[in-house]
Amino acid sequence: MSPDGRSVDMSTYITHVELANPVITAAGCAGTGRELAPFFDLGRLGAHTTRSITMAPRAGRPTPRMTETPSGLLNAVGLPGPGIEVFLDRELPWLAQRSIRTIVSIGGGSVAEYTALARRLAGAPGVTAVEVNLACPNIEDRGRVFARDGAASAEVVASVRTVIPDDVPVVAKLSPDVTDIVTVAAACAQGGADALSMINNPLGMSIDTDTMRPALAAVSGGLSGPAVRPLAVRCVWQVYNALPLVPIIGVGGVTTGRDALEMILAGACAVAVGTALFHDPLAAVRILKELEELLAARGIHRLADAVGRAHRPPGSGSRHLEESSL
Amino acid sequence: MLTTRRVDAYHALTVVAPGIAERYRPGHFVSVAVGGPGTPMVTRRALAVHDVKPDYGGTVDFVIAVSGPGTAWLADRRARDTLDLVGPLGRAFPLPRDPVNCVLVGGEYGSATLFGLADVLLRRHCRVDFVLGAASADRVFGALRARRMGETATLTTEDGSLGLRGRVADVLPGVIADVRADVIYACGPMGMLRGVTAVGIEFDIPVQVAVEEAMACGIGVCMTCVLPVIGDDGVTRMVRACAEGPVFRGERVRFDDIGTIPFDALGAPGGGSARNVT
Repeated sequence: MSPDGRSVDMSTYITHVELANPVITAAGCAGTGRELAPFFDLGRLGAHTTRSITMAPRAGRPTPRMTETPSGLLNAVGLPGPGIEVFLDRELPWLAQRSIRTIVSIGGGSVAEYTALARRLAGAPGVTAVEVNLACPNIEDRGRVFARDGAASAEVVASVRTVIPDDVPVVAKLSPDVTDIVTVAAACAQGGADALSMINNPLGMSIDTDTMRPALAAVSGGLSGPAVRPLAVRCVWQVYNALPLVPIIGVGGVTTGRDALEMILAGACAVAVGTALFHDPLAAVRILKELEELLAARGIHRLADAVGRAHRPPGSGSRHLEESSL
Repeated sequence: MLTTRRVDAYHALTVVAPGIAERYRPGHFVSVAVGGPGTPMVTRRALAVHDVKPDYGGTVDFVIAVSGPGTAWLADRRARDTLDLVGPLGRAFPLPRDPVNCVLVGGEYGSATLFGLADVLLRRHCRVDFVLGAASADRVFGALRARRMGETATLTTEDGSLGLRGRVADVLPGVIADVRADVIYACGPMGMLRGVTAVGIEFDIPVQVAVEEAMACGIGVCMTCVLPVIGDDGVTRMVRACAEGPVFRGERVRFDDIGTIPFDALGAPGGGSARNVT
């Protein structure tokens, strides 16, 4: 409730799909959903994002898969999972039965594999949106990651878009390890991405000074947690600035409502919570509550009014912009 | 938080946590956030439960070894500080239905987990014998209590500073033969669990091991604490120590393959090694 007693309309849209609120779980950070069920009702969130689903079962990377870094976490987990058939058979129905809005993340090694995954998802009940994890090595391009290149990313997105029904948004998940994220974002939007999600983990590395060897079995890994938040905010800001009409899911080190608000002010219409869930299983619902209070305290009655607000020139941040501009 | 105290090379913490004490069964663990609000340490630490008592509505004891800034922060906590705990977590030790002879084997502070188990086994009229070991005398945890609770307590140290010189797996065959053991329960470092499991297989008696793997979340979402375990169907899977464990049947754990993805594990990279992604 705001000081004037009005509650905040927290609803948000990924194109035409309405989410009750902007706080969602980040891909690969909330398991199958079942693991978090003892802590809170996932239905209270805007949506749950699955781990990246692959065609075949995957064992993932050897251990050690994780090492803690200052305000962050390096991980090289390697998309472990049972494959799409088991996902459709056991995991998605569990979420659908509970009416949990579900964004299904998919990962593949070729355009054909992404397309095949999309085709398997196309008819499945309970898919709110499909997120294309582009940070996967392209086996047809000597293992270069799709997300590194606008054309490769756009090709995947376009192919998935043609297979997924029109009423299910396709979200492209972008990596910050690129020369110009705006170029990749624009290519994905051009390719048919309905929304963009950023950022995926930037790559980092840590060396164990006792063993004098890389800390992770995979040598390098994805960096996540508060350490990457400024990088995520910068990417969201740049892409919103260039493509103000494309919905953005802001991801990267959000641990408080204030962090979520920062992401929204930069241009995100939804915010995904990832590493914070490892530290605090209740993080997502706490962030949602804190965000609502912060908006109310600023006299903002609709979340939508805060999206991209930091882009407005100074002095134009009046409380009743729409009304006063008439 | 009630008290912290030093026990030889370790720190013991007692925390008032009625919700955890009430639901605890031997083998369960608890995860704790370290560093306080705004901490740069984003992963939780997994702590084995040493003991629960009914005092103050329910208290829980942990034993920790200081091995980095997180455990050092924990060791510095004082009475009336609060701790962010989640638990009890994981799969508890399965218990025998009949009053059988149990050998409880602990390495380093892994033995802390065994005393709650010994309590339950003794209440079921099982015979309990302890084998505890570590590198040196100050790293053997709970020797006095093991002597008090167990029919026998055999101690080993690698430097010979306490009990027999050697490792627990060296003395275990003798203990098994002496007490005509029906089952082994073990907790400690991976190498020790491997040795104990090999002895159990040699004597054809079941071994229940509680593993220690590095965890970030403790609740099954981060997928970092995996190890290769053979399922009921004979298929090896990379399973989570926190959610499917930490207790496993020893002979099902592929100790020699820990730190790798065995080629025959479900979903192991075959053919397309370029498909490994972070």
